[in-house]
Amino acid sequence: MTKDIILQLSIRSIRLNFLRSLLAALGIVIGVVAISSMGMMGANMTLSVTEELSAMANVLVVKANAGGGGGGMIMGPGGGSSSRSSSSSDDEYISKDQLDDIERAVGQYGLVYPLYQDSETIEVGDEEGRATIYGLRDEDMATVLTVEEGALPKTTSSVVVGPSFAERHGLTIGTRITIGDEDDDEAVVQKVRVVGILEEKGMSMDMNTDNAIVMPEKTFVGLFGGESEYDQVNVILKDINDADTATEAIEDQLNRKEDEVTVQDSSRMMESITSTVSTLTTFVMAIAGISLLVAATSIFNVMMMSVTERIREIGILRSIGTRKNEVLRMFIYEAVILGLVGAAIGAIMSLILGWLVVLAMVGTTKYFFTFQSLIYVPMAMLIGIAICIFSGVYPAWRAANLDPIEALRSD
Amino acid sequence: MTAVPVIELRDVTKIYPLPSGDVLALDRLSIRIDRGEFVAIMGPSGSGKSTLLNQIGGLDVPTSGILRITGRNIRKMSDDELTDLRLNAIGYIFQKFNLIPLLTAFENVEYPYILKHRCNDTTGRVSKLLNDVGINKRMAKHKPAELSGGQQQRVAIARALVNDPDILLCDEPTGNLDTKTGAQIMEMLTALHRQGRTVIIVTHDPSVGEQAERIIRIKDGKVEDA
Repeated sequence: MTKDIILQLSIRSIRLNFLRSLLAALGIVIGVVAISSMGMMGANMTLSVTEELSAMANVLVVKANAGGGGGGMIMGPGGGSSSRSSSSSDDEYISKDQLDDIERAVGQYGLVYPLYQDSETIEVGDEEGRATIYGLRDEDMATVLTVEEGALPKTTSSVVVGPSFAERHGLTIGTRITIGDEDDDEAVVQKVRVVGILEEKGMSMDMNTDNAIVMPEKTFVGLFGGESEYDQVNVILKDINDADTATEAIEDQLNRKEDEVTVQDSSRMMESITSTVSTLTTFVMAIAGISLLVAATSIFNVMMMSVTERIREIGILRSIGTRKNEVLRMFIYEAVILGLVGAAIGAIMSLILGWLVVLAMVGTTKYFFTFQSLIYVPMAMLIGIAICIFSGVYPAWRAANLDPIEALRSD
Repeated sequence: MTAVPVIELRDVTKIYPLPSGDVLALDRLSIRIDRGEFVAIMGPSGSGKSTLLNQIGGLDVPTSGILRITGRNIRKMSDDELTDLRLNAIGYIFQKFNLIPLLTAFENVEYPYILKHRCNDTTGRVSKLLNDVGINKRMAKHKPAELSGGQQQRVAIARALVNDPDILLCDEPTGNLDTKTGAQIMEMLTALHRQGRTVIIVTHDPSVGEQAERIIRIKDGKVEDA
């Protein structure tokens, strides 16, 4: 016999009623598995969504504030004429000075690049249409764009196009595009050649190149005028967590006197998506938690049965010198053992089932072995053990407080 | 007599409050038992002898009066102190043996020893006691359910003695045994008395009572004659 005879008695009682104890522990197993696999699924989903979104959410878009009465943001003139310079006023575009200010303010947090944007009539062969056209500084081309086929434009007569745009208009390397309305005498018309097709980018906050023509700054200014009058400045953050700091830095730098610019923080959108995922996870976990309530009832029932069956034994133990707290401990030990065994089996099964659930629901187990995901296993174990102890407290208290004389009398 | 009596009751009253009205189980009872005595407490059922036994055994406390066990007033003791008194000063022998079913015979005897000393018996006391009451090593490994009534009562006697108590309290110790086995148990208790132990037997069996030095007869919660 070990020194702790009270613990020994608990172990023996469990062994004596092995099947009953096992069934009670099974409730805990199911509860732990349910809670942890749901938690892991949520964590994996959040991590996966975060990664997918952060590719596009790490962007701050700075645009000129249209000022006083006008309100709203400038999305490009859209009129289609080359009247950019004539119709522009200072506060519709971001100036070179403002760009420098932005670079000074947030250059440390990531890449800052300005962007021209317009929309114009185009002609490919005999086919006419409209296209979004972006203008980028030469030095930004290489960092911002990824070419799938061909190369980046090196001359003022070459452009790259997005893959969807290329497909829609049947463009290949070497195809010529006429930009501008040839019928309009006042319009500037330029013929350009496609030298590269960009890699598909998907949804993006900074610029949607998939369905656009991208040309060097010089070509753009040649077509539309307005040199150093940028439509927007994008900041690609190295760390998405800097979004708030960077936004504040830009606003401090430029909006001190009046609101010169507005900053769109795309990470906000991601925050709301991840928060929705985590709300759903909590909800699903709460449903899984119901299984632990069932387990608690089962443990409570087993403990009550154990106490009722052993009333006489408790009477004997008390009459020969076992203290109340020792009897209490004996039953709490029993609950703890059931909890530990249930939680341990549950933890092992959670890893297996959780892995399968994550694979089935999230589609990837890339994040399965991360802290955020695996933390749900010990968490569920702790909840399981706590519930066992909680369910065991009343039966144990009842056992400890039995009148020894009454207990001895029972059969 | 100047020595402190091992048990002293002075005007002990025990009332059980019941919905149908209070039940007076012990009525201003006064008894004195000295160290080394062999006393039989006798009386018909309902006379209050079981109540008296529970008071002496520290399982219950009187409603009023003074009850001193080894000089200590048990009415002033906490539950833990009463439990410790049962562990250290009293050896219980029950009619139904009352061994712990989960433990072997050896472990049953060792159990109070561990509770008291907080360690296993390394002195050989448990084995010696079992041997003294006629339980061999092989039998000592059995659970109570695997032993006969007589063997169980022997184990219970060994258990009662393991912490060297001041009082051996026996509640109808032969009540569940056949005559022959009962006689053997009585011999054992008489021998223990001869060794100097205080033995108190509660019984309604005159043949058991006769073997005691003194008989205290209880009727309606009062001492009939001492």
